Amino acid sequence: MSKQAGILKVIHAVSDITTDPAPDESLFDSGALDSFTLPDLVTGLEQEFGVSIPDSDLVPERFDTLNKIEAYLDKRAS
Amino acid sequence: MAYLRSFGCSVPPARVGNDALAARTGREAALIEKTTGILERRYAAADVSVVDLAVDAANECLRNAGITAQDLGLLLVSSGSMERAFPGPASSVAARLGLTGTPAIDLPIASAGSLIGVALAADLAERYGNVLVVASEIMSRRISDADADTAILFGDGAGACLVSRDSGIARITDYALYTDGNSAEALQLPFGGALQMKGLDVIMHASRKVPRAIAGLLEKYSMPAGDVGVYLMHQANANLLRKIAAALKVPDNRFFSNIEHYGNTSSASLLIAAAEWWSTCSKPLTTPIVMAAFGAGFQWGALLAQP
Repeated sequence: MSKQAGILKVIHAVSDITTDPAPDESLFDSGALDSFTLPDLVTGLEQEFGVSIPDSDLVPERFDTLNKIEAYLDKRAS
Repeated sequence: MAYLRSFGCSVPPARVGNDALAARTGREAALIEKTTGILERRYAAADVSVVDLAVDAANECLRNAGITAQDLGLLLVSSGSMERAFPGPASSVAARLGLTGTPAIDLPIASAGSLIGVALAADLAERYGNVLVVASEIMSRRISDADADTAILFGDGAGACLVSRDSGIARITDYALYTDGNSAEALQLPFGGALQMKGLDVIMHASRKVPRAIAGLLEKYSMPAGDVGVYLMHQANANLLRKIAAALKVPDNRFFSNIEHYGNTSSASLLIAAAEWWSTCSKPLTTPIVMAAFGAGFQWGALLAQP
């Protein structure tokens, strides 16, 4: 499974959206994420990708689009 | 450590429902209820001050304990919405209670101020005997209708908690307080401005930090979260309370909630909730209490008390 597919899996698990968001589509503006699903997304990403996301990285802008989430996860892995 | 001995609260009589907020902010009333769990909040009249509400809550708390203000060794007053930079409300509250020499100290800390006050009182009671913690807020004067996300949340009120050295409802076992100033800008009230809150940041941090603080404190005493009889929380948002309950794997109904009636009254909310919860208790306590809060700073923490 590609990284974006894994991210989409987490997004669908925490959100009510029925279609996949575009890679650069804002997940907040589209309604896919809000203040209460964002923490679930972060926890889901930690579990899906086996990473620990520190509190200092809990900045909503990092998780606004698929591409930004992928870039962040790549940075965590490097 | 010391004991939680009594609680008291005071809320203004004027109720402001979601329809009124909808008319002011453009946010649908049904959406306000869905996203916050709030049905109405109380607003103080123009001639009522933070000190007025604080004195009323303090007097109720003292009456409930069966003592007078003269029996106090220390007064701590928390407020993030005081009317002036200094002096804070503590000295005026003390004066209105008839105290002229008893130390009265301000805690200018929104949201988590009352938890911090009770935690400090737990340690200071050994020296001062009876420590009265009061939290009073008039948030309705600190919001802007142009910022609907924030304006829909807040209400006014005051709560009080008496912490005593020798006896009370429950003995304070321990507490844990935390501060992370890296997000200080996420929730602030600038001089002369309106309350500014980045809701996404606040909720995201609170959702992770509060359960962690509670779990860490309970783990220290090998106490499962399910053994706690009641969780008394800063009433920020009903959905946040549910999220914290879920994280701790505790049923929602273990978390006392009155946010539907008062909205978020910042630092006052924890003690208003405690006072209302305690007023419903007809028998002596048999199970542990956890208090917890999160807010501006960020400041957060948890406190454990046992019968």
